[in-house]
Amino acid sequence: MTFFARWGTTVLGALAAASLALLVVLGLFVSPPDDLQRDAVRLFYLHVPAAWTAYLAFGVTTLASALYLWRRTRSRAWDIVAGASAELGVIFTGLTLVLGSLWGRPVWGVWWAWDARIVSTAVLFFLYLGYLALRQVAAPPEVRARRSAIAALFAFVDVPIVHFSVEWWRTLHQKATVFNPALNPTIEGSMASALLVGVLAFTLTYLYLLERRYRLAVLEDGLEERSLQAAIAERRAEAHAAGVDVLPVGREQ
Amino acid sequence: MRQSLLVAGKDLRIEARSRVALNQVVPFGAIVLVLFAFALDPDRGLLPRVAPGLFWVAVLLAGLLATSRSFTVENDNGVRDALRLSGLDGAALFCGKALAVAAQLLVLEVILGAGVVVLYDLEPHHPLVLGVTALAATAGLAAAGTVYGALAAGLRVRETLFPLLVLPVVAPVMLGGTRAFEAALEGTPGEAWPWVQVLVVFAVIYIAMGWLAFGALLEES
Repeated sequence: MTFFARWGTTVLGALAAASLALLVVLGLFVSPPDDLQRDAVRLFYLHVPAAWTAYLAFGVTTLASALYLWRRTRSRAWDIVAGASAELGVIFTGLTLVLGSLWGRPVWGVWWAWDARIVSTAVLFFLYLGYLALRQVAAPPEVRARRSAIAALFAFVDVPIVHFSVEWWRTLHQKATVFNPALNPTIEGSMASALLVGVLAFTLTYLYLLERRYRLAVLEDGLEERSLQAAIAERRAEAHAAGVDVLPVGREQ
Repeated sequence: MRQSLLVAGKDLRIEARSRVALNQVVPFGAIVLVLFAFALDPDRGLLPRVAPGLFWVAVLLAGLLATSRSFTVENDNGVRDALRLSGLDGAALFCGKALAVAAQLLVLEVILGAGVVVLYDLEPHHPLVLGVTALAATAGLAAAGTVYGALAAGLRVRETLFPLLVLPVVAPVMLGGTRAFEAALEGTPGEAWPWVQVLVVFAVIYIAMGWLAFGALLEES
């Protein structure tokens, strides 16, 4: 039950660390300060990649949940992937909000603005926070996995509704710069490369953390199973010592 | 359809006999309205202007109680198992429960609406727009509430989990209901229709999702 071999994880981790280091150099030293925003623009090299990674993570959660619900591909592994990815997604969404807030203070003069994209990101944050809360309830693993998978799909469907309704409500956010309709990036070369390296670095970091979280969850599963078996064996030994005859039973449910 | 009405009838009969909705949920909504007046000093003339938002917040909070109760009543006596064994279709079950919730929400909205008019000194202009908005919003709230109620049903942390799950989801209803009401009250009903469309789309999506997923949600445990 592993994505790839152990060395694969190590390589991935090393690549993530190297690209993050490159991002530090590009973002802090190579790229120039912005004409209007001065050094605050450097926050974008983290803010935009964090937002991108959050979307990626929620996309992976949705996909894994759908694969879990589909009978032919149902496996505990997809449930774990969905949960692990959602946790990372919530962290990156939170990071996006915090970084945006830090940027907004010097540039807009406020920590928080009731702008469409900020509000829908905040709703997104709470939406998946609820999903994570649902994942933590005490229930049989299959029940929890199925309900979580359905909740993940619901959350995904809700995202566009929230997005468009809030978009109508108010908009003052800057228009998309790199992915604008003309597909004609309006930013300077070294800034663009810092941004792209940022996206790459965050994606690699996400994949690395996802793999780590996945393996941790598998180990937790094993631990739970083993302590259950140990407890059963212990009770048996007690009964045996007391002279009670116990029928051999399989796995206790 | 007949099955849905059967389920809705069962839920409404329980409410009619236990009077929890009437004796606890409605007064709760009313006290929320009074608390808003404490928070926003009535002398400043602020209340009539923000009344649409306050109305929908009060409906949302009280409706949360009503919806969550619709699933609490099924916790005892193995009702969930009985419903599963009854051979009723999942989609029909969903529609029945959502209908019952919607009926209670409508009653709640009428009472709280009257409360807003009286307490906040408001002129209800364009009652048609207000009514259509309320109907569309109620359909969405009932559908989403029923879907998430089923998702949290039977879990030990249900009471705290359910609001966290459902409130971010119904944020668009809150937004659409408030804007549409504001437009109607300010005498520009034309601006309300785009928001009513948002509410209708929301309701249709959640009714479809409940229709599809309710069976799967009840199957297990």
